[in-house]
Amino acid sequence: MWDTIFPYLLSGVSVGGQYALIAIGYTMVYGILRLINFAHGDVFMVAGIIMVYLAASGLPLWLCIPLVLLITVAVGFLIERAAYKPLRSAPRMSVMISAIGVSYTLQNLVLYITGGLNKQYPTIPGISDTISIGAAKTKVVTVITPFLVIALVVALVMLINKTKIGMAMRAVSKDFETSQLMGIKINNVISATFIIGSFLAGVGSILFFTNYPTVIQTSGAMPGLKAFVAAVFGGIGSIPGAVIGAFIIGIMENIIKGLDVILFKLGVISQPVGLATFSDAFTFALLIIILIVKPTGLFGEKVTDKV
Amino acid sequence: MNQKKSKTPMIVTLVLVAAIYVAVFIAEQTLPATSMLFTVLKKGAVYALVAVSMNLLNGFTGIFSLGQAGFMLVGAYVYGIFTIPVDQRASVYQYFDGGIVQFTVPVVVAMIMAGLAAAFFAFLIGLPVLRLKSDYLAIATLGFAEIIRAIFQWNGLGPVTNGSNMLRAFPNFNDFNIRDASGNTVVYLSTLIPFIIAGVCIALIMLLINSGYGRALKAVRDDEVAAEAMGINLAHHKRLAFCISSFFAGVGGAMLAMYQTTVQAKSFTSAMTYEILLIVVIGGIGSVTGSVFSSFLFVACSEWWLRFLDEKQLIGDFEVPLLRTGFRMVVFSVIIMIVVLFFRRGIMGDKELPDLLSRRNKTKGRAAK
Amino acid sequence: MSETKSSQVLKLENITMQFGGVVAINNLSLEVNQGEIVALIGPNGAGKTTAFNCITGVYEPTNGIVYFNGKPIVVNHPQGKMIKQYGGINGDMYVKQSPVAHTPDRITHMGIARTFQNIRLFKSQTAFENVLIGTHLRRTSNIFTATFHLNMKEEKANREKARNLLEIVGLSDEADELATSLPYGKQRRLEIARALATDPSLLLLDEPAAGMNPQETDELGEFIVDIKNRFNLTVFMIEHHMNLVMDISDRIYVLDFGKQIAEGTPEEIQKNPVVIAAYLGVDDE
Repeated sequence: MWDTIFPYLLSGVSVGGQYALIAIGYTMVYGILRLINFAHGDVFMVAGIIMVYLAASGLPLWLCIPLVLLITVAVGFLIERAAYKPLRSAPRMSVMISAIGVSYTLQNLVLYITGGLNKQYPTIPGISDTISIGAAKTKVVTVITPFLVIALVVALVMLINKTKIGMAMRAVSKDFETSQLMGIKINNVISATFIIGSFLAGVGSILFFTNYPTVIQTSGAMPGLKAFVAAVFGGIGSIPGAVIGAFIIGIMENIIKGLDVILFKLGVISQPVGLATFSDAFTFALLIIILIVKPTGLFGEKVTDKV
Repeated sequence: MNQKKSKTPMIVTLVLVAAIYVAVFIAEQTLPATSMLFTVLKKGAVYALVAVSMNLLNGFTGIFSLGQAGFMLVGAYVYGIFTIPVDQRASVYQYFDGGIVQFTVPVVVAMIMAGLAAAFFAFLIGLPVLRLKSDYLAIATLGFAEIIRAIFQWNGLGPVTNGSNMLRAFPNFNDFNIRDASGNTVVYLSTLIPFIIAGVCIALIMLLINSGYGRALKAVRDDEVAAEAMGINLAHHKRLAFCISSFFAGVGGAMLAMYQTTVQAKSFTSAMTYEILLIVVIGGIGSVTGSVFSSFLFVACSEWWLRFLDEKQLIGDFEVPLLRTGFRMVVFSVIIMIVVLFFRRGIMGDKELPDLLSRRNKTKGRAAK
Repeated sequence: MSETKSSQVLKLENITMQFGGVVAINNLSLEVNQGEIVALIGPNGAGKTTAFNCITGVYEPTNGIVYFNGKPIVVNHPQGKMIKQYGGINGDMYVKQSPVAHTPDRITHMGIARTFQNIRLFKSQTAFENVLIGTHLRRTSNIFTATFHLNMKEEKANREKARNLLEIVGLSDEADELATSLPYGKQRRLEIARALATDPSLLLLDEPAAGMNPQETDELGEFIVDIKNRFNLTVFMIEHHMNLVMDISDRIYVLDFGKQIAEGTPEEIQKNPVVIAAYLGVDDE
């Protein structure tokens, strides 16, 4: 029984960690700008594509990886400056529409560049090696991901709590206008938020695509959406919440993928009923339940709006 | 005292619209049936209806919903399921023993059923979702659309929906062409029909918007607190807007099925909703005319006019760089971004065609923004 | 409930409104009778608009009852107020009164209309359309008859009513202007017209004279008395313009820090030392 579930659990923890890295970007941006950055998942995808092309151009991998992270950060920064900053005083819906427009543009851009062909992610020696844990065969990256994620999150939390820019971020997410009046350089804080978010998404893309090495222009849509659900589930604005939410979603998603097999082996069902189709739907069902029961999420703070 | 609004702009608009219908009919009899023009006109009509239905909800009532694709899916499938000719069902539902639905209904009935089914789903979804704050409402409706997509793709429901396989063989626009005894088409109606269907539906929506209920919906959009204080029940009116919008999205979905001649659940992604949203934004949130213009513009650009950007162009011996498949969509996306960033009010802002024709439109529009 | 029920339009009984740790209104009780103009005054932040919000259903009070024409329309007693119900040989029997909370639109239906301190006009619509929206709640049509324009009689009557109201407030010329493009004073009058369109019997005005000069304020005072008589209204008003308050009010309640500190006629209030200490010593705007 454990042997049946374990492999799914393992891949769940791994993909959950990758979602966590994306989810942090969503939750931080929403906390500061009250913006759902629809384009964030596509930034994640772009990071994957950039790696594909850098590796194919002959550069050694130890150079590609930092370069990818750098370029991804630049992309995130530029998107904010070009598409969100001009609309900062516009109604919220306009910015969200702009984010959707950016997402649309990125996907079309990548489609154009790749010609619609599936691209293969380069194999990164070391982390793409197969290892055995118990009865499960998996890649090293699956094992590394949770630890790396936790390390990065700890570093991030320390940055937020102990540095000046971190304190500025906390202030801005609590009260945007007052922070401005207090002299906090809003543009720097916002840029820093996008830079951190994009950096983490870049790291996440390296881990994710090593596991699922096909990259096309729609590769960012689902992980992005799920990461966003994770952020909402954990409490939008809360980084630990987003991480925990992401792991829960990753694990549940994989267990459902294997639910047919698990229930079959348990003798509960006599033949597969195609429950795997619902693994994505489960994530959204979770979203709706949390929005109805506790919209502020697991760890979110209640904000009372004064009429 | 109030100047009585001149009726002329309205009459001119109606005459223009009638002229367009006549032109479409004539064009279809005279131009080759394979012309790109008709693809654009048919697809444009479908998107026009869906865009207007989305504008009703997002633009006029201010409910930022991203669930359109889900309701279109419901409509498309309900239409298909109930109009596939009985003798074809065995081959369409080949993995499901011909499926459990073994009768058909007339096309018009099926389209109404499509709308009602979508409205019903909207009613159920609206119960929990409509009281959420705008960003959360957007994501919740997006989520529901994905859930609907998963349900319709599930092979467990195959006997009804055909699972992950496509639905086909149902009546499409070409079936409306009038044929003579030897099967040659005598009168082409395949473009006029979608125009008529979309036209009737859009007219209904406009009638609604110009009624007391339409004003109430706009009040809800402008200021919920004030609207409630004026006796407008928010939950009731939001539900009305949501269900009516989804009804027409369902009919639009049925039309899409007729246009594509096949439907498959997995193509009704959130990307489809985003496209409709962008169409609405470009046309002008709060302008029905804008949504209609913008739909045709959008379809024309993406299917037809910008196609040359996808082909290699040679100037003498020099191959123009960048021009290859997919470039058209890139250019298109950039144009959309430019509109979203610099022309936020879209083509028409919140005005309708009669307003443009009327000379007395100076006082509305610019002042507030 | 023992007073002349027929003349008492509004009664607040022990209303308390608490937001987390902040007590905005503390045990407020007051009455407004038919045909009166009653003013609610007090320093900024005293809880006046909060009281309006409790009456109209925007807030659910932490405790207390609001009676409208003798009927309880807002009731909340988390501790369970015991209301004497039966007398008998075993002594009085007490019954817990169950909470009652209506949404603001229901309360407007009952006949209470209001204006807002910060003016909440419908910004995408003209002055005429703003007033017209106020007629929607009394409709007898439904979505179908309205869409197919089968309700033209009702529509015509509503438009007539809106035009009349605009004329009464003196905004006929601005009927087709965007509501928010009007000068401040006219916007306030427009809001009153819109509220009147809902056919109220009780009108709650939240600082109707804010932003007006002395002459406009005088005109407003005459206007309020005029519409009160014309439409048989009762008026409950929050105001800071003391001239207006003293001129047209029949009675005044004074609020400070959420508690009622005085009640009486304008003459009584003007002489009340507690009020003067808290409030009236400053120049009015």
